[in-house]
Amino acid sequence: MARIRVKPDPQRYSFDGFGSAKYPNLMLQGAGDLDNWTLKTYQDKWDGYSALRKALKLEPAAITAEVKLSGLRGRGGAGFGTGMKWGFMPKDTPERKVTRYVVCNADEGEPGTFKDRAILEYNPHQLIEGLVIAGWAMQCKLGFVYLRGEFGWLVDKLEAALQQARDAGFLGKNILGTGWDFDLLTYRGAGAYICGEETALLNSLEGRRGEPRVKPPFPAQAGAFGQPTTVNNVETLAAVPAILRMGGAAYARIGTPGNTGTRVFCLSGHIKRPGLYELPLGLPLDFIINDLAGGSSTGRKIKAVIPGGASAPMFDAKDFDCPMDFDTVKARGSMAGSGGIIVMDEDTCMVRTLLRLTRFFAEESCGQCTPCREGCNWMEMILNRIEHGAGRPGDLALLASLPPRIGMRTLCALGDAACGPVESALAKFKDEFEHHIAHKECLAGAGVRWEL
Amino acid sequence: MAPGRRLPLSERTRLSPEAVAEIKAIAGKYPDPLAGTLPALYIAQREFGFISLAAMKEVAAALAVPEGHVFGVATFYTMFRKRPAGRFHLQVCTNVCCALNGAYELLRKVAEKTGAEPGQGPTGDGMWSLEEVECLASCGSAPCLQVNEAVYDEFVDEAKLEAILDACRRGDYSPWGE
Repeated sequence: MARIRVKPDPQRYSFDGFGSAKYPNLMLQGAGDLDNWTLKTYQDKWDGYSALRKALKLEPAAITAEVKLSGLRGRGGAGFGTGMKWGFMPKDTPERKVTRYVVCNADEGEPGTFKDRAILEYNPHQLIEGLVIAGWAMQCKLGFVYLRGEFGWLVDKLEAALQQARDAGFLGKNILGTGWDFDLLTYRGAGAYICGEETALLNSLEGRRGEPRVKPPFPAQAGAFGQPTTVNNVETLAAVPAILRMGGAAYARIGTPGNTGTRVFCLSGHIKRPGLYELPLGLPLDFIINDLAGGSSTGRKIKAVIPGGASAPMFDAKDFDCPMDFDTVKARGSMAGSGGIIVMDEDTCMVRTLLRLTRFFAEESCGQCTPCREGCNWMEMILNRIEHGAGRPGDLALLASLPPRIGMRTLCALGDAACGPVESALAKFKDEFEHHIAHKECLAGAGVRWEL
Repeated sequence: MAPGRRLPLSERTRLSPEAVAEIKAIAGKYPDPLAGTLPALYIAQREFGFISLAAMKEVAAALAVPEGHVFGVATFYTMFRKRPAGRFHLQVCTNVCCALNGAYELLRKVAEKTGAEPGQGPTGDGMWSLEEVECLASCGSAPCLQVNEAVYDEFVDEAKLEAILDACRRGDYSPWGE
């Protein structure tokens, strides 16, 4: 293996009380320990592949039922019920045998999100076990793990872990003597944020440009290589072994009804103790930021928080008490998304921040749909001139008129993702934009400046 | 690439027979050989140093797919470089989480210390090239930097940057394409 981490990992994966009954550690077992990734450690220390042994004794439908019972919702962004998604896959009939695929979305690229990377680096076997169980539940013969291109070093590691699993009989031909064959192939993307969208990912996996597809047909009807396919996020699949080990009902008791289990929150930005915090769903945002992660890193007050990765609309102070679960965050006008919590202190210029975010979406738009391709660039252009002191009096009205013309008018959610930050920043921090246009300088303090 | 502009030709215009064999083997693993396009382009990038027009043509020939398909794919993805890289290709994330923690300052320092311009070709001695990249999924350990395809360097301050550049000069990092 050519590329492997040899120096200690500076990332934070734990906090006081993590691993107790109150804060169960289901996803980040051994994270930070460079030797944790091997099959031996996973089996000896973490009861590895016991869930697979259990699963293979069950009917496939019983596993899907158990996952439904657990209430697990997709951790990639949309929060869709995992068991229900698996249930959409067509079954074999006497007349027709179906080739089905399961695909793991490891194209982690949402700014503010770095949880999948930790699972891939420290617990690849938990992901593999989850994938094999998913493969059994949906009766697949082949699955794929699509990793982003920058994760080349993690592809090496995952390949090594897959080989360990094959050698031990957990993967490949005749798994654990059941007569069922299932194998996994890795696929490496090449630097396109849009490939995190499931149909763009499928196109990329087929060796094409990563452009989202027209739906329907949904992947469960025609996905990878034209066959029924389920795409799940890394964290979602890695939760499956934990669910089978403890039982769906016990998993459902973690978190809140309708928003069950734990999820790995990624804290970044102006935060004292940035890192990964695996927490039951439904804890208040200010508790996570202040009590667990130590509050602001700069000593200044926190002005804005992005609660679910860069596409999520921003929160200002009045929403800092929001419980972090899918439904409440949505009701408050944002989205829990990928679990990336980005904290900004009061000296952060929102015009600059929004320009940087919008530039990202403009850059990453695949170019297929006109509203997104043109609209994101227009938003960037307007923000760019406001930021650089060339804003015009009508610019804010012009900027505000763009999101309704982009959102919900495109094939995928990238257009909507670009609009969320713009709409929320204009609604919550309008004075900063007005000040920029009128005075050609930032309203916020000079503490955080970057060249753009 | 602007319409009408030609991609520069690298000195090498043919894939080695080993590389062609490797591409064919990979393409055979997937249900449709077209899926070999991205892996084949990575192999070509390793062989050629970057994805030149000749590299795209060679990939199309090795996979027996239309050249237009390979051009489309190669130009869609940013990690297929359309121009040569330095021996050490330094990628600095400047997305919002890193920017909040000094990524633009880091980018400027890398440019100053190496003489490489962001987004441009390698320095005169062929040692460095510099690129501003989007989120590398290292937001909690910002700012971060990736040398070639190595494990990220995290929480990069000035001292750490010096150490990274020294490590490159010593050869502790694999050079681009190896």
